[in-house]
Amino acid sequence: MKPILEVKNMTMDFGGLRAIDSLDLYINKGEIVALIGPNGAGKTTFFNCITGIYTPTSGDVLINPQGKQERINGLKTNIVTRKGLARTFQNIRLFTSMTVLENVMVGCHAVTHTGVMGAIFRGKSTLAEEKFIVEKSYEILKKIGLEKYVDELAVNLPYGAQRLLEIARAMATDPFLLLLDEPAAGMNPQETAELDELILKIRDNEGISILLIEHDMKLVMSLSERIYVVDYGKKIGEGVPEEIRNNPVVIKAYLGEEIDA
Amino acid sequence: MTAKDEIKKSFLASIWFMFLTFPLMVIKVNTVTDTVEWRWHNMVLVGIGAFFLSMLWRYLLKRQADGSKKEKKEGPGIIQRLLQKKELTLPGIIIIGCFTLLFPHIFSMYQTNIMISALIYVMLGLGLNIVIGLAGLLDLGYVAFFAVGAYSYALLNLHYGVVFWIALPLGGLLAALFGIILGYPVLRLRGDYLAIVTLGFGEIIRLVLENWNEFSFGPSGIANIPKPGLPGTDLSLQGSTIFIFYIIVALVIFTIFVINRLENSRIGRAWIALKDDEIACQSMGINKAKTKLRAFALGATWAGMGGVVFAAKTTFINPASFTIWESVIILCTVVLGGMGSIAGVISGALLLILLPEYLRDFGQFRMITFGAVLVLMMVFRPGGMIENVRKTYKFEKN
Repeated sequence: MKPILEVKNMTMDFGGLRAIDSLDLYINKGEIVALIGPNGAGKTTFFNCITGIYTPTSGDVLINPQGKQERINGLKTNIVTRKGLARTFQNIRLFTSMTVLENVMVGCHAVTHTGVMGAIFRGKSTLAEEKFIVEKSYEILKKIGLEKYVDELAVNLPYGAQRLLEIARAMATDPFLLLLDEPAAGMNPQETAELDELILKIRDNEGISILLIEHDMKLVMSLSERIYVVDYGKKIGEGVPEEIRNNPVVIKAYLGEEIDA
Repeated sequence: MTAKDEIKKSFLASIWFMFLTFPLMVIKVNTVTDTVEWRWHNMVLVGIGAFFLSMLWRYLLKRQADGSKKEKKEGPGIIQRLLQKKELTLPGIIIIGCFTLLFPHIFSMYQTNIMISALIYVMLGLGLNIVIGLAGLLDLGYVAFFAVGAYSYALLNLHYGVVFWIALPLGGLLAALFGIILGYPVLRLRGDYLAIVTLGFGEIIRLVLENWNEFSFGPSGIANIPKPGLPGTDLSLQGSTIFIFYIIVALVIFTIFVINRLENSRIGRAWIALKDDEIACQSMGINKAKTKLRAFALGATWAGMGGVVFAAKTTFINPASFTIWESVIILCTVVLGGMGSIAGVISGALLLILLPEYLRDFGQFRMITFGAVLVLMMVFRPGGMIENVRKTYKFEKN
């Protein structure tokens, strides 16, 4: 079985700056993989390249949700989402003027079809779809543990809950792979521990594979099955958590080089 | 801030006002005798007036600052709570319905005509509300679609004898088409840039109508546009005005119905998502281009239909009716009334159109009052008169 996401030799240039330098990466079905690296290493750019916000300068992004590999670079963001890749954002990007439930309902857009005429005439199929959207959204909120905030405006939520809502919203698009961009940023240790559990639950119960960018090493080491380390756009390490912990190149990138006396 | 500071600030403001108004209020040149009259007492009056107004201003600002802290807990305001009360909805609709039905019979023709204009603006405001209030696309050339509607009825009638009832949907469709034509090139634009392009678009339409004599008869406009008729009857002038009044009332109700349904649908949520965050919106699988074009087209439709009614009501149109000023007024109705809120836009449009009409007695102070009301509203109620409250959904929480 081929990996569900395979990135081959991807490069992304911004003018003279090479943000990502021939990166290779793969994720198997049901895996939790972490992408780590110092600030400015190109991790978020990597996410943006996969999800179609940027088009990579060269290389391939291949997905394989149902046994048939497909190249998705250059596709628009909304198409990529419909193919089953959902993401969250490092700087929270919720729909601030909507309620929590509505935020998740927007996520259902990709899997529903009502058009203008349907919305105006509000026929049987539209009503059924509306009901489906509301119920599905509430179901997801319950899984994430946000059901007490249902009718609250998204912007009024505490910071940690906003991060969770981003995950809930992404799950509403029915993804096979969830890309989490620093989900634990700004969370306190207890919230982080809960997030750890939640991510495991999403993988185990929903069968959604996960690729996450994270700076919280405790979370990364406990959650991920494999870790990729990037610095200056290049892959400098790859392996299971134990290997990464003892990899001298990685340590050097994170802690700096020892100066010989 | 202490009271002493407040008085000091107000005092400075009054001195500043005295200085500003000095040339206007104090110096008066008598051109007959070639002498200068110094009216110092005016300066004193301005000073005292400015001082007290400044104090009042500061007091209101302070009260608002205190109020906004409290309001957070109270939730939505009185009007929103009234609107949400289900048991008040039916009596409310009946009262408003009876009032509108009887309106042309109670009041004079003059009042009815003013009301028709106001209701046309309600329709325009509701249409623009889709573009600005829901989809967040700042459109400063909205009046162009109004012109498209008006001219399509006038020209189709002139050349092909198309009657009002056929021109009404056609005008809407043509305006929607123009909405898409405008929408395509500006798909990538946002905020200020979009505003500038739409502003230009509005002016282009007006200039074309003004200068393409063979097509639109230029500044002299098109006259003798027939009023809508009932088949088999011959309406008097008064009768046809009343008839137009009922037509526009029906159209406004239709508009409210459609927009309300759109707003609370998958399409409406996509628009609001687009307004809130374009990148996140696309990441939810929403097609940005399609959503924007829909907003432009569906917003323009109402302006087009409003234009047809406008042409039928005035029986004469020329490009002078479709200036940038009209766009600004429509924009003001949306912003003042409350972006995204249907009740807000309706009350905003009624206030903005009716107020200047009834302020005619104030002569040249009319526009100053109008401006002052706008400024005060924006300072004390930046969200508009009736702010939009998001719908909450009822379902079984199992």
